[in-house]
Amino acid sequence: MNPVNYLYLAALLFTIGAAGVLIRRNAIVIFMCVELMLNACNLAFVTFARLHGNLDGQIIAFFTMVVAAAEVVIGLAIIVSIFRSRHSASVDDAGLLKL
Amino acid sequence: MSHAAFVHSLWTMSADPPKKIPAPHIEYAQLSPTLIVLGAAVLGILVEAFLPRRLRHPVQLLLSAVGLVAGFAAVIALAAGGYGTGKAHIAAMGAVAVDGPALFLQGTILLVSLIAVFTFAERRLDPAAHGKRVDSFAAQGSAVPGGAAEQAAVKAGFTTTEVFPVALFAVAGMLVFPAANDLLTLFIALEVFSLPLYVLCGLARRQRLLSQESAVKYFLLGAFSSAFLLFGVALLYGYAGTVTYAGIADVVNGTVRTVDPALASTTGNDALLLIGGALVLMGLLFKVGAVPFHMWTPDVYQGAPTPVTGFMAAATKVAAFGALLRLLYVVLPGLRWDWRPVMWGVAIVTMLVGAIVAVTQTDVKRLLAYSSIAHAGFILAGVIAVSPDGVSSVLFYLAAYSFVTLGAFAVVTLVRDAGGEATHLSKWAGLGRRSPLVAAVFAVFLLAFAGIPLTSGFTGKFAVFKAAAQGGATPLVIVGVLSSAIAAFFYIRVIVLMFFSEPKADGPTVAVPSALTSTAIAVGVAVTLVLGVAPQYFLDLAGQAGVFVR
Repeated sequence: MNPVNYLYLAALLFTIGAAGVLIRRNAIVIFMCVELMLNACNLAFVTFARLHGNLDGQIIAFFTMVVAAAEVVIGLAIIVSIFRSRHSASVDDAGLLKL
Repeated sequence: MSHAAFVHSLWTMSADPPKKIPAPHIEYAQLSPTLIVLGAAVLGILVEAFLPRRLRHPVQLLLSAVGLVAGFAAVIALAAGGYGTGKAHIAAMGAVAVDGPALFLQGTILLVSLIAVFTFAERRLDPAAHGKRVDSFAAQGSAVPGGAAEQAAVKAGFTTTEVFPVALFAVAGMLVFPAANDLLTLFIALEVFSLPLYVLCGLARRQRLLSQESAVKYFLLGAFSSAFLLFGVALLYGYAGTVTYAGIADVVNGTVRTVDPALASTTGNDALLLIGGALVLMGLLFKVGAVPFHMWTPDVYQGAPTPVTGFMAAATKVAAFGALLRLLYVVLPGLRWDWRPVMWGVAIVTMLVGAIVAVTQTDVKRLLAYSSIAHAGFILAGVIAVSPDGVSSVLFYLAAYSFVTLGAFAVVTLVRDAGGEATHLSKWAGLGRRSPLVAAVFAVFLLAFAGIPLTSGFTGKFAVFKAAAQGGATPLVIVGVLSSAIAAFFYIRVIVLMFFSEPKADGPTVAVPSALTSTAIAVGVAVTLVLGVAPQYFLDLAGQAGVFVR
C-alpha cells in the first residue's frame, strides 16, 4: 500500500483531535483529543521515516510517547484537583476568570 | 533478496556480531549552565524527600539560589571564553547551539529566575497562619480548597516547598529552548519548561479556585498548541528528511551539502514546508502570547500566584522569543518573503489589541497581562527586521522588559487586604498618599512599560523600532508608536489614580516585605534606571551577541 495514505490518515486523526478539543466540553475528553493529536503526529513521523528511509522519525516517535506520558501525569493531576473542588470537569463551568 | 528474507531480517539477528553504535560526543562544559540547574533541581527533589519539614524552606531557597548563580557563572565563563563570538558552535551532536544569542538569553533567564526565586520565598506578606509564617503557595496543593484536609495542613504549618525544584526544572527547559538547534530538542525543551509551569499556576494559597482554573486553562491550551507545534515538526521532517536546523535550511535554500540520492527524491515538497513552518510558528507565537494566540494570557496571569506570574511573564517570554528568532533566522531565512507578511500582520494586531483591550481592564494583573501582549507586539517588530540589528535590539528589549515585569509583579504582591492581594484597580486609589515609596516604585515600572525616556523601556523601544525602520518596516513602526501612545494612556491613568485621588477608608494595606522581595524590587528599579540612563555598554553587549551560529 502506498505509504502516503498513512499521511492522509495522520492528517485526518489530527483534525478529528483538533475538532474535538474545540467542540467537547469535558476537560478529560478535551485532553484525550489532545492525545489523539499527538498520536497523529507519531503516525506522521513514522510514515515519513519509512518514506525517507532513515530512522529519525521513529526515534522522535519514542520521544513523543514519553512527552505524552509526562503530560498525562500533569494533566490528570490538574483536572482531578479541579474536579474535586467543583465536582465538575466541564470547561464551561470554569468561568471565574473573565474579561 | 527475496521479500520473505527481507522481512525475516527485521525480526532476527544475523550471525555476524552486531555493529557497534558509536557513542555520541557531548560537550559537557558547554552545556554546563543547563546541567547545573538540572542538577540543583534533582537535589531539590531529594531535599523534599529526606529533610525534615522545618528545614526544607531555607535549604531549598539556598539550593535554588546557588544553582542559579552557578549557572550564571557558567554562562559568563563560556562568554568570556569566546563561545559567544569567535568560538560559537553547535554542541551535543547538533542538538544545542552555543552562540551569542543563546548565551545572552540564558544569562538573562538565569538572572531573572534568581530574582523570581526570591519572590517565591517571601514569607512576610501573608499574615501568619497558626503562628507559622507562610508564603504565596498552597499549604497542600492536592487538598480540596476549604476542606478538612486543607485546614489540617494549614494548622500544621505546611508549605509547598516543592515549588523551588519545580521552578528550577522550568528554568532548565527555558535555558535549552532558545539554544535548541533541532526541532526535536525544541519540542522537548518546550514541554520541559511548560509542564512545571502548569503545576506552579495551580498552587496559589489564596483564591485557590481561580488558581486551579488558570492551571486547567493554561494546561489545555498549552497542550493543544504544543500538539500543533509537533505536527509542524512532523511536516518539516517530511519536507527535509531531517530535523536539524542547518539541514532544513539547506533544503529550503536548495543547497543540500550531503547529496543523498535516496533522500533527494522524497524531500522538497513545498506544501509540507509551508504548512509545517506555519504550525511550528503557531506553537511559538502561543508561548510568546501574540494575538490571535493570546487568549490564555490574561486568565493565567490573573489566576496564578503572583510570584509565578512574574516569573512566567519574564522568563517564558525571553525563552520563547529566543526560539522564535532562531527558527526564523536560521531555519527559514530562505522563506522570509512568505513569513514576513504574516508576521507583519501578527505584530500589528498584537500591538493594537494588547494596547486597546488593556484600556478597559480593572484588575492590575490583567492590565499587566494585556500590557505584556502589547510588548510582545513591539518585540515582534524587531524580529521582523531580519538584520543583525534586529536580533540585538530584541535581545536588549527582552533583558530590559523582563526585569521591569518581575519588579512590577513583585510590587503587586505587596498591596493587600483581608482577602489576600488587592488587585482591583479601584483599591489602588490614593496609594501614593498612603505609602509614597511603593507607589513611586510602581510608577517607575509603569513609566518604563510606557517607554518614557530615562527608563529601560524607552531604550528598548527605540532600538527595536530603529531596527524595524531600517529593515523596511516603517508602517509597522508607525503602528507601534501609535499603540505605544494608547498604552501610555492607561499606564499614566494608573499613576494618576495612585497619586491624585483620595484614599478610601477601607483601602488595602501595604505589607512590609522581607529582604527577599525588597531585593527583587530594588534590582528591578536599578536595572530599569541603569538601562535607561547608561544603556551603551549593554547595547554593545547585545550587539556583539547578535549573530546566530549555523
